[in-house]
Amino acid sequence: MIELAIILVPVLTAGVALAWRSNATRPWLLPVAGVLHATLCGWRGLAPPAPLASEWVGFDAVTRAVLPALSLLFLVCSFYALSYLRLRAERPNRTFTGALLMLLGLMSLALQARHVGLLWIAIEGATLATVPLLHFNGTARAYEATWKYLLVGGTGIALSLLGSFCLGYASLYGGGSGDLTFAGLTAQGGALSRPWLMMAWVLMMAGYGTKMGLVPMHTWKPDAYGEAPGVVGALLAGGMTTTAFIALLRVKQVVDAAGLGGMTQQMLLAAGLFSMVVAALFLLGTPDFKRMLAYSSVEHMGILAVGAALGGAGLGAALFHVWNNSLTKGALFLSAGNLRRAAGARTRDDVAGMAWVSPWSARILVTGLLAITACPPFGPFFSELGIVRAGLGAGRGVAVLVFLGSLLLAFLGMTRLVFAIVDGRPGRAAKATGARFRETAGLVVPPLVFLGLSLGLGLTTPPLLRETWAAAVKALEVIP
Amino acid sequence: MTDTVNLFIGLAMGLNLMALASSRIPSIIRIEAAQGMVLGVLPLLLEGEPSALVIAVAAAVVGVKGFLIPSLLRRAMRAAHIDREAAPRLGFVPSLLLGAAATVGALALGLALPLMPEHARLLLVPGSFATIICGLILLMSRTKAITQVCGFLMLENGIYLFGLLLLGSTPLLVEAGILLDLTVAVFVIGIIVDRIQRSFDSLDTRMLTELRE
Amino acid sequence: MSHGLDVLARLAFWLVLAPLVPGIINKVKAWVAGRRGPPLFQLYFDLAKLWRKGVVLSTAVSPGHVAGPAIAWVALMSAALLLPLGPAGAILSFRGDALLFVYLLALARFCTAGAALDTGSAFEGMGAAREVSYAILSEAAVITALLTLAVQTGSLSLGAMLAPAAGPGAAVLAAGLFVVLLAENCRVPFDDPNTHLELTMVHEVMVLDHSGPPLAVILHGASVKLLLFATLLVQAALPLGQWPAGPAAGLLVISLLGVAVGVGLVESLLARLAFQRVPLLLTTAFILCLFALLTSWKASTSSEARQGAMNPAECRCSGTRAAHSAALPGESGGKRA
Repeated sequence: MIELAIILVPVLTAGVALAWRSNATRPWLLPVAGVLHATLCGWRGLAPPAPLASEWVGFDAVTRAVLPALSLLFLVCSFYALSYLRLRAERPNRTFTGALLMLLGLMSLALQARHVGLLWIAIEGATLATVPLLHFNGTARAYEATWKYLLVGGTGIALSLLGSFCLGYASLYGGGSGDLTFAGLTAQGGALSRPWLMMAWVLMMAGYGTKMGLVPMHTWKPDAYGEAPGVVGALLAGGMTTTAFIALLRVKQVVDAAGLGGMTQQMLLAAGLFSMVVAALFLLGTPDFKRMLAYSSVEHMGILAVGAALGGAGLGAALFHVWNNSLTKGALFLSAGNLRRAAGARTRDDVAGMAWVSPWSARILVTGLLAITACPPFGPFFSELGIVRAGLGAGRGVAVLVFLGSLLLAFLGMTRLVFAIVDGRPGRAAKATGARFRETAGLVVPPLVFLGLSLGLGLTTPPLLRETWAAAVKALEVIP
Repeated sequence: MTDTVNLFIGLAMGLNLMALASSRIPSIIRIEAAQGMVLGVLPLLLEGEPSALVIAVAAAVVGVKGFLIPSLLRRAMRAAHIDREAAPRLGFVPSLLLGAAATVGALALGLALPLMPEHARLLLVPGSFATIICGLILLMSRTKAITQVCGFLMLENGIYLFGLLLLGSTPLLVEAGILLDLTVAVFVIGIIVDRIQRSFDSLDTRMLTELRE
Repeated sequence: MSHGLDVLARLAFWLVLAPLVPGIINKVKAWVAGRRGPPLFQLYFDLAKLWRKGVVLSTAVSPGHVAGPAIAWVALMSAALLLPLGPAGAILSFRGDALLFVYLLALARFCTAGAALDTGSAFEGMGAAREVSYAILSEAAVITALLTLAVQTGSLSLGAMLAPAAGPGAAVLAAGLFVVLLAENCRVPFDDPNTHLELTMVHEVMVLDHSGPPLAVILHGASVKLLLFATLLVQAALPLGQWPAGPAAGLLVISLLGVAVGVGLVESLLARLAFQRVPLLLTTAFILCLFALLTSWKASTSSEARQGAMNPAECRCSGTRAAHSAALPGESGGKRA
């Protein structure tokens, strides 16, 4: 019952938001839904009953390991959104609020879906719910980004549907009765038809990989993250990508159970390392600090893929990294949104001296930058260390070398850009816009909270969380 | 029965190539509509004794793919005063040859994949892959937003064709999901097209080049 | 003796009947347009008139200018004699005569284009260039069509290849060959035989500088080529070889008439294509022939597999490889429609 409530609370609130009349009070629905959602997730996370194998929706070990992170992300973002929408009071926020809540509901459904078709429907729905969020700003650039997102994302989602069909046919060919729950498919194991399973895996990699933003299907990401409001970027980079990653993990479990584990590992490792290298190279070149965050997101998806490919301890570290990525990206996107607004521009050439114009946001951005590039004692350092250790333990020396090399390149590229915009003397125009957009507590506290959470995860990782990740790894690992 | 089904699938594959070769947007829309109707009839032919459910699926597919979406696309064209030329990024002859090569490849792939005995005589798998690849070619090689939507529709048609393999065995959920999402997707795309039109005064996606490294 | 008579009868068929085909096409066009049109035998009158006239030669030309049309005519007539005529079969039939057939057609084209280039006129050079660039695509289609028939029947002799129908892809093949016929004979969507603007012509512009008997030979050769392609198309699509002689001959004649009427209708109802669109249509013809090849190929490979195939139900249990081979006969069943 609580499982359904986790999905229905945001969806119903979205309905209320669409019917709500006052533009000024409507955004308050966001924190209300956020608090309710977080309470429900926390409650279920503390006392999880194991779902039945045949259930289509359930709060299983994998959900338990990641859904609370999403809930936390949304909760903090919702308070930021409150202040943000007050700044943008001139624009109607009916669709924006509704779509944001709908996105939360559908992502909760996707993380809890235990059925191939249901998972696909949830992710497709979430993709469509994102569209109004991306062109909230209403500029020509925002429409361009939305169009590219729709085209690339739509194609990706179509390919993952085809992959789902191939999975269904693999089961049917193996004598299955049309039971497409992940538990049922995993139980079928080696009986599944291998050629069809390979087709399914390749298509799912392409399809859900597009949603994750793995290279070369990442092209929509810089555009969409660059043009969307900061709060939407945070939710996409921290939530949507996680959802797609978990979908891929669930499919991987089925494919591994059929004895094709070698193939999934190789492909995930290759895609992950390739994404990291390409993203690092783009990070060296991009002059735009919002697009920089998008490439950083591509890089972190690569890290997740590498962790998943290593399996065991690596997978555990990847789940840890999901938390770190979500929370740290929250801090970065929200503070970058503040800076973008205060500077009135977005590239290295036009922006400088932000430390004087909006000191708090600039400090948060710099600290967040250190956190995301894995400086101790922030959380990402420990999760990436875990992946490196798992890689060395598995004897993947070259992969670890590439991994560390691209982390270093990314660090160089990102610090160069961030210090260029933070340092120096602010231009006259930036001073004027900066005076218009004063830093208020509502805009600064949420990213600070994210930063604190990221630091806290690094200093003292709660044993309860460690336990949930271990349980999720155990549930996802296939017993041969 | 099998031969009729294969004839229809062959027709759909021919329509793929026709769409790749047409230079006028209205004719591409017409071809898409025809393909949608051809595919809509297929579930009736596949089931010897069509149940009410299958008839409903067929009627819905014919209605949506054959009439609703084409009329939406035509309305978008009229509303936006779009030039009728398809404006290819890749020439018609190369895209046609690519489409033909894709069709041949899809046939080969269809032979390489194992099929259930009741599906072995059908061209569903090659037809589906050929339609998907042709859809991708159309999507990538045309510059106008409407033609890109047409390519996406063709891609969806191919996936629907594949879904027919599972029509009997899996719950209708998946089938309903496609139709719903297809409609919504095109609806959303339509709105976007409208907006792009207003801010660019053109539906040429070549204009969408402001975001780049 | 009877063999000699046979040869004479065939020569007469091609020599005498060929100029009738353009006459029929013109009559159809006139009928659609509501005109009376030129007489059915107009081309005969033209040929007779040209034969009586003298030859005007440019000072720039070599003997090749006159030899070209003559060689082209001989090549076309030889190709025509290689082609079987329904129940009567061909005069000369050997393994690989299909290849000779293709080469003879190419030789004829080469000589016509060469004779045109020989004048040194810019217009004729342009016409020859167009003719040859169309030919690149249409020859590919013809060769693919013949390959289809060869794969279908397992023979390289025209007589054996054309006896049965082209199998499941017959309709596709016929459509492809019809487009090739229009292109090869410079009919409407590709070229307008009635046009008098040098810039828009293909075939007509190549023969601008010919006069008298050489022009007559060229015109007659063109009509032979039209009849030749029509005969090839009809026999490739219809299983004339499996019919008794009488009805088969009747069907052949009726189908040839049908093709001529079809060409006339196309010319009346379609406009000439823009020059850039021509390659697209020819590529379409090529792809049609290619798909016909594909269907006949799959049919023939799967009939081999059928002999070695086991019960499909057993195969499914014994793994994917066996299931693969089991899929083949099933496919063939579908394709054999």
